[in-house]
Amino acid sequence: MNSHLDNLESESIEIIREAVATAGKPVMLYSIGKDSSVMLHLARKAFWPAPPPFPLLHIDTTWKFREMIAFRDRMAKESGFRLFVHTNQQARSNGVTPFTHGSEVYTDLMKTAALRQALDDGGYDMIFGGARRDEEKSRAKERIFSYRAAGHQWDPKAQRPELWNLYNTRLVVGETIRVFPLSNWTESDIWQYIEREQIPIVPLYFAAPRPVVRRAGQWIMVDDDRLPLNAGETPEIRMVRFRTLGCYPLTAAVESTATTLAEIIDETLAARSSERQGRLIDHDGAGSMERKKREGYF
Amino acid sequence: MQDTLRFITCGSVDDGKSTLIGRLLFESKNIFDDQLSALTKDSTRYGTQGEAVDFALLMDGLQAEREQRITIDVAYRFFATPRRRFVVADTPGHEQYTRNMATGASTADVAVLLVDARKGVLTQTRRHSRIVSMLGVRHVVVAINKMDLVNWDEAVFSQIAADYQLLANTLGFATVQTIPVSALTGDNITQGSAAIPWYTGPALLPCLEALEVTTPSDSLPFRMAVQWVNRPDPDFRGYCGRVASGVIKTGDAVCVMPQGTETQLKSIVVWQGERSAAAAGDAVTLCFDSDIDAGRGDVVASAVNPVELSDQFEAHVLCLSAQHLIAGRPYLIKLHTCQASATITAIKHRIDVDHGVRLAAKTLELNDIGVVNLSVDRALPFEPYGRVKSLGAFILIDRLTNETIGAGMIDFALRRAANLRWQALDLDKVARAGLKLQKPHCVWLTGLSGSGKSTIANLLEKRLFAAGRHTYVLDGDNIRHGLNRDLGFTEADRIENIRRVAEVAKLMVDAGLIVIVSFISPFRAERDYARSLFQTGEFFEVFVDTPLAECERRDPKGLYAKARRGSLKNFTGIDSPYEPPDTPELRLHAAVDSAENCVKKILNAFLP
Repeated sequence: MNSHLDNLESESIEIIREAVATAGKPVMLYSIGKDSSVMLHLARKAFWPAPPPFPLLHIDTTWKFREMIAFRDRMAKESGFRLFVHTNQQARSNGVTPFTHGSEVYTDLMKTAALRQALDDGGYDMIFGGARRDEEKSRAKERIFSYRAAGHQWDPKAQRPELWNLYNTRLVVGETIRVFPLSNWTESDIWQYIEREQIPIVPLYFAAPRPVVRRAGQWIMVDDDRLPLNAGETPEIRMVRFRTLGCYPLTAAVESTATTLAEIIDETLAARSSERQGRLIDHDGAGSMERKKREGYF
Repeated sequence: MQDTLRFITCGSVDDGKSTLIGRLLFESKNIFDDQLSALTKDSTRYGTQGEAVDFALLMDGLQAEREQRITIDVAYRFFATPRRRFVVADTPGHEQYTRNMATGASTADVAVLLVDARKGVLTQTRRHSRIVSMLGVRHVVVAINKMDLVNWDEAVFSQIAADYQLLANTLGFATVQTIPVSALTGDNITQGSAAIPWYTGPALLPCLEALEVTTPSDSLPFRMAVQWVNRPDPDFRGYCGRVASGVIKTGDAVCVMPQGTETQLKSIVVWQGERSAAAAGDAVTLCFDSDIDAGRGDVVASAVNPVELSDQFEAHVLCLSAQHLIAGRPYLIKLHTCQASATITAIKHRIDVDHGVRLAAKTLELNDIGVVNLSVDRALPFEPYGRVKSLGAFILIDRLTNETIGAGMIDFALRRAANLRWQALDLDKVARAGLKLQKPHCVWLTGLSGSGKSTIANLLEKRLFAAGRHTYVLDGDNIRHGLNRDLGFTEADRIENIRRVAEVAKLMVDAGLIVIVSFISPFRAERDYARSLFQTGEFFEVFVDTPLAECERRDPKGLYAKARRGSLKNFTGIDSPYEPPDTPELRLHAAVDSAENCVKKILNAFLP
């Protein structure tokens, strides 16, 4: 009898193949995090011995952790994927940062708008994302094949019915579909699978002594000298790790001593807070994720 | 080892479905602290429980749902107990969102059906029971909720349980369990409650933990639909898919349908290696001993037990769209990995969900369930839904809007396609047309009543006749006196009207004739269907584009006047739509151009 990880793996591979078989021009959003690492691994499995027939796309806000960028370039090389990197240069030259414009405007311009630009430029019609339904309540409502009208808007009230494993992938020019092969995975499934398959992940997930400051009750890592320190803030070295990775000024660390996958899994199973608690942008007002998603965010 | 149970919660509005799931997650300690504090905050703002925590808000994740305090779309949540993992789909109770409920039910092993103890079995209870039964859910747990509001009265519970059993008897579930609960207070959810000394069964969660759901798919013959052909280089050709049923081992003889090619399984390729066997649910890549011609949509099956093939089915269908499902209109069908063109040839009956009786129906409307005959443009490999779900489930897609308008389940094939081979004749279209020294064509004139179609058709035929061509005119009014005299002017009848004419035109083109069709033919879908019957270059769509005001001014038969008076219903242009062609081969402005000129344009364009 198959384990539940085998079932999840087979389901995801089926989804990835189905998308590629019906897509005009597929692409995989690669965010460098643990979910992206699992998704990339599944994509390689789905088409083995052939290389996956689509490129990776990374939206670089220029505020990612340095270790993420190093890891991204290494993985692209080792996995044989073509990697495209896109940054919203207009916003960048206008000096948009999380500090000058606030996290909402920053996320809208450097992530959502940047993503829309990259998808339009590339003419992609099916876009893989690593979102999971257990992450957040509006994601729990999303289809595996999530239809977007021209302009990338998501209308949660007009989602296509999705019965069985039959996906309506018909599109007219300008329309796209976001495909979420990890829809039915949980955080602990992801970690157990990473351990079982020995999938490489960014070292930031493991606890290590890192320079952090305490800000609004959260630990923010001082990844480089661009982080403006508030009055009274002095970086201190703490044993921390990250449950989720994003832009470093907007992603909080948790204190932890977990330095191995087994310890991370133990910590995850015993956790009393959700992994996105450290995502500052999720707390930009009630329903903020749904609003971002409507505008084209993953 | 922990297995995974997939269940849905369903039932009528306000029966407490979302509250029940929230309560299950809370009691089984699957809600994180930060989620609970966000929930407490939300409860004061949107909640319906005063100062207390409103668990429904955990599930109703969309702003619209929180504002309207209802569930609109299905939400999936994941939780685990030491005994089992659960995936729960919380589905809407409102009738208008039944399609979202069906979405959740299509992948569920168990349905937890909520009944409000104060209200008993309602229409939605019956509707949802019928839908889950039709979708092949074999186990039902009836949670009789809000027992605290009827003072945990055993008599109330027993009456509802008995009422439900009467309904369940007609629906063929494998198991039905009835449990009294209060989702709001948490009684009898994770453990027994002191409030009900008279109840001896399990509480809800222990019941779900213990429920045995066996899937028989391993003992069935091997089947796998091909999703993707993997050809990285000329030396490797693998067929990717997920095993639908049965077991396969290297060396097994297989038969690929619809081709019927037999070969042997050489290897089962997986990531960085091979394996010797694969079973239902596995995603694999199969390589065969000999090079065969197979692709997406084909089914690899055990050679001892090949898969059936048919182009005619009887099926249960649920209408998912405000656009009705109409007999005669061509839809796209998606059955496992096949895509083809399908037409409902007959709606046998609609099922009244409240009483389960069969009702006559001309169309199926949003949320209607019916039994239909389905005709597909080619024979597809399939299994009845009751045997292998993934090879018997299909969706119907509208060709113009791309909307998913129906979900269906194949009951059985109406005839085996193998028994109905196309009769190959020695003489063909080319031979017959050659004798007449012409190329056969179909010139399809579409436009409003009074636009000048018949005048142009008549003149065009005279010109062709004079030039020694063999022709025939199919005129709307004339055909309605004979072949189509049994048809009226409803949307369904108009579609059938066009289908018959298109088929007759096709036979005449096959006979080598130049056919001029002069029909209002108001709907794009049917004209596209007509076009699909012909080879490229054979079919010319000519739009006789005369403005409505001009047609009405001419009104050669007095029909517009009648329609305006209301004594003629469903008249195109007045109270029935005309969908103009987007890209006709030719557009004629018959209001300003003479019939003679129009005919010249047709001859110059197609028949020089």
